[in-house]
Amino acid sequence: MAYKPGSVAVVGAAETTRIGVVPDMSQIMLHADAALNAMADAGLQPRDIDGLACVGQMMPQQIAHYLGISPRWVDGTGVGGCSFMLHVRHAAAAIAAGYATTVLITHGESGKSRVNATPRPPEPESLAGQFEAPFGPAGPATLFPIPVLRYMKATGTTHEHLAMVAVVQREWAAQNPRAMFQERVTVEEVLASRMVAYPFRLLQCCPVTDGGGALILTAAERAADFPAPPVYLLGSGESVETTMVSQMEDFTSSRAFRVAGPTAMKMAGISHADVSHLMIYDAFAHLPLYGLEDLGFCARGEAKDFIWEGNTRPGGTLPMNTNGGGLSYTHTGMYGMFALQESVRQVRGTAPAQVPGVKISVAHGVGGMFSSSGTVVFGKERP
Amino acid sequence: MPFAGSKPKPTPETKHFWEGCRNGKLMLQRCPDTGRAYFPPRPFSPFTGSRAVSVFEACGRATLHSYVIHHREVPGFAPPYAIAVVELEEGPRMMTNIIECPQTPEALQLDMPLQVVFRPVDGEISLPLFRPLKEGA
Repeated sequence: MAYKPGSVAVVGAAETTRIGVVPDMSQIMLHADAALNAMADAGLQPRDIDGLACVGQMMPQQIAHYLGISPRWVDGTGVGGCSFMLHVRHAAAAIAAGYATTVLITHGESGKSRVNATPRPPEPESLAGQFEAPFGPAGPATLFPIPVLRYMKATGTTHEHLAMVAVVQREWAAQNPRAMFQERVTVEEVLASRMVAYPFRLLQCCPVTDGGGALILTAAERAADFPAPPVYLLGSGESVETTMVSQMEDFTSSRAFRVAGPTAMKMAGISHADVSHLMIYDAFAHLPLYGLEDLGFCARGEAKDFIWEGNTRPGGTLPMNTNGGGLSYTHTGMYGMFALQESVRQVRGTAPAQVPGVKISVAHGVGGMFSSSGTVVFGKERP
Repeated sequence: MPFAGSKPKPTPETKHFWEGCRNGKLMLQRCPDTGRAYFPPRPFSPFTGSRAVSVFEACGRATLHSYVIHHREVPGFAPPYAIAVVELEEGPRMMTNIIECPQTPEALQLDMPLQVVFRPVDGEISLPLFRPLKEGA
């Protein structure tokens, strides 16, 4: 059954105690550290949790046992870095259906230090193993930017426009003591950084880090019983397209974005003008452009000017990626959890670079290389 | 020199494609209901679900749809090298490499015409690569 807008709330939210380079914690401990912090934020213990979601095969079992949780509802949806947006959506439906009352969603990834990290072997029999891997891709930096030149040609977007994305997000990161990179950069500096995979240079690619985060959701009726101000879930959406970036329908637009984003906004019953804060998962510099356009914040081809003119920077009309984003804040491998955390902080009013008066925040995620998408709309007030 | 890259392993559903490549033919499949060609191979139409699909040889011509030029070392590849997606004349797109062409943004122009060539990896696998289509070819 569907949940009603505002009927479920985030009552606990936290990241790992440390973030960035954390070689003294294994991947499962990063999950646990974030979960313990979120439970402390909500004043709960493991025995209070009766629903659990985390990414991937066999993970709910591992995390449940490690934390001492006996869930009666689990979700192991793993569609890449936006899986947590889907977990929020599924958890809300489960709470509405009565399958669980208090759901914990965890993420932990030893992306940099690789302590007990999940291996990602390319299977030579998979479709990507047969029809992409033989041509020399080496991870997301070589695959995710493949559509960019086509997007640039179709929209008149320049290298300078794509550099500006990184510049603006560094302006936000400069206000965030937990951000991986806090030093301001210029368009010229971005375009002078080392070439990784043309057209993208080092400062247009996210770092790979260690860290985690956790959320706790419950019914809005119970939300007043928790210490932190509730952050209401107003809407959500999800979709998938393909595991192979070479096979996405349109190189200038993500089909998964175009399903997930509008689904979430429609459910929340909001217009673009109602959104006071936006997170768009930015593993690479082109993603905010696709997100702004596919979610309808900008017309096709206009995102480059929207960012260039300063709308998304501090003091702009639509503050975006205010933690510094995947490009400057952190990117463990699955950044969606951190986009959600920043949306929750902004709605609570506790973000390091707090935007004044955030009433509605949209967190939009991507998984794989335009493989999947999830969108969540949070609100300060219950409709 | 043995191929140091990632070698594809055919499945029952893709065997005909790789057999075609070994024999110098780029094999596609066509939906009986819409007439549209599709890729990667599967024994049913992704447009209508029909299993009555036909296999046919593509003409081998394509245009350059998009690419990146990778600047780091990867087994089997000498940087900088382009990882490209081409659009076949029949419609589907596929990932490939562009050979007999400088691996530079100046030489690699979007929408430039290309022709398939097959590079043997071993006795079983040949990879479909593309080179610029020569004038009058």
